[in-house]
Amino acid sequence: MIYIFALFLLTLLVITAVAIVRTEDLFVSVILTSIFSLLMAINFFILDAADVALTEAAVGAGVTTVIFLCALALTGDQEKPQKEGQNRGQKVALVVVGFLALLIIYSTFDNPRLGDPDAPVHQHVAPWYLEKTPEYMDFPNVVTAILSSFRGYDTLGEVFVVFAACIGVLFILGVSPPRKSLQVSVRKSGLRHHLIPQVVGRLLIPFIVLFGLYTQFHGEYGPGGGFQAGALIATGVILYALLEGEAEALRAVPRRVLLGMVVGGALLYGSVGVVCMLMGGSFLDYSVLAADPVWGQQLGILIIEAGVGMAVCGALLSIFHAFAARERLT
Amino acid sequence: MIDLALDIMSWILLTVGGACVLIGGIGGLRLPNFYTRIHAASLTDTMATLLIFVGIILQSGFTLASLKLFAIMLFLLLTGPTATYALANAALLSGLKPGPGRSGLKPDAGTAKDKTKENAPE
Repeated sequence: MIYIFALFLLTLLVITAVAIVRTEDLFVSVILTSIFSLLMAINFFILDAADVALTEAAVGAGVTTVIFLCALALTGDQEKPQKEGQNRGQKVALVVVGFLALLIIYSTFDNPRLGDPDAPVHQHVAPWYLEKTPEYMDFPNVVTAILSSFRGYDTLGEVFVVFAACIGVLFILGVSPPRKSLQVSVRKSGLRHHLIPQVVGRLLIPFIVLFGLYTQFHGEYGPGGGFQAGALIATGVILYALLEGEAEALRAVPRRVLLGMVVGGALLYGSVGVVCMLMGGSFLDYSVLAADPVWGQQLGILIIEAGVGMAVCGALLSIFHAFAARERLT
Repeated sequence: MIDLALDIMSWILLTVGGACVLIGGIGGLRLPNFYTRIHAASLTDTMATLLIFVGIILQSGFTLASLKLFAIMLFLLLTGPTATYALANAALLSGLKPGPGRSGLKPDAGTAKDKTKENAPE
């Protein structure tokens, strides 16, 4: 039964991907990209990867769509018409892509069956993680354990990638627009004259933020963690910005705070590692943080997850505001 | 006996809900213009959500899962019609007049940008 469902979803995924490539209206392709992410999230979910599904749904289908729409508002929603004589490159590209696709399909014949417990990937370190997580951390979500403790270096790197991406976008788009344009956008932006979305939005925003906090602090026991929580809280604030206007959202969560969250989150993560070193362990070895190693691990994971959540939330909101603050260049 | 009655009830609800989704889908494809289409599509947001979720809740009984399903149902019942309203309102503001036939399938390019902003909260 689950195979039929998966096959159906993957077929829809291919149809959506083809539609994204073929459409010339960029607005349509943004919405299709959002649908693609949602389908992908469901696919992840039926593969039992609830953490990844949550991230994909929150970031891919939620925040990215809004940022794409902000970018479209700055540039225009029609694809640039192709000139004659540019089609030769397309044919070469088509041949290369077709060849690579055949190669990849051929190589999948050697793959183990989906979910095969004897597959090499499940025989390497995965059994060790599964066995040691209850002993070292004493909580059920192995994904969080791997993400934040066993492979803490990788996650630290990811947080710095988020940090670098945020700084890069802010450098390109500029942080402070001229005063005059800000005045215009205060008057015009938001959905203040639309009563129904506003009322429903106001009703939902507290619950969205609450759910974000739940995913943040319940990440050790259920699917979730810093990345998902940061994205969810950012979604709540972006919804507020769309309803009340960008200036109101900036008044609620100023730019200083956002930048502080990005920098502070990355710093918090790094400094936990340094504290571990100062207390006699190795970098990001949380066992030394408390008298009991299990408590130490849990404390360390809680703090670094908070750092991840802060960094992701701050980065997404900074990028959103950087796009929203720009005036359209005509 | 009670179990059988609950099963029958829930299967009736699920079947009717599924039919509502189907009708909504057919309507979304077959009806002539934008407003009639979202009218059909909103059937899946409200009627189908209500019927299918009540059907599943009857299946799961008095458990935590039922409470969660109820919360999801409430969420969908609040957001779905709001999204439909926002969509219709955005279309109206961007100059798409409601009317019979295939009139104004696509708003002209100049006003399409406003639509972009209005649609975003969904």
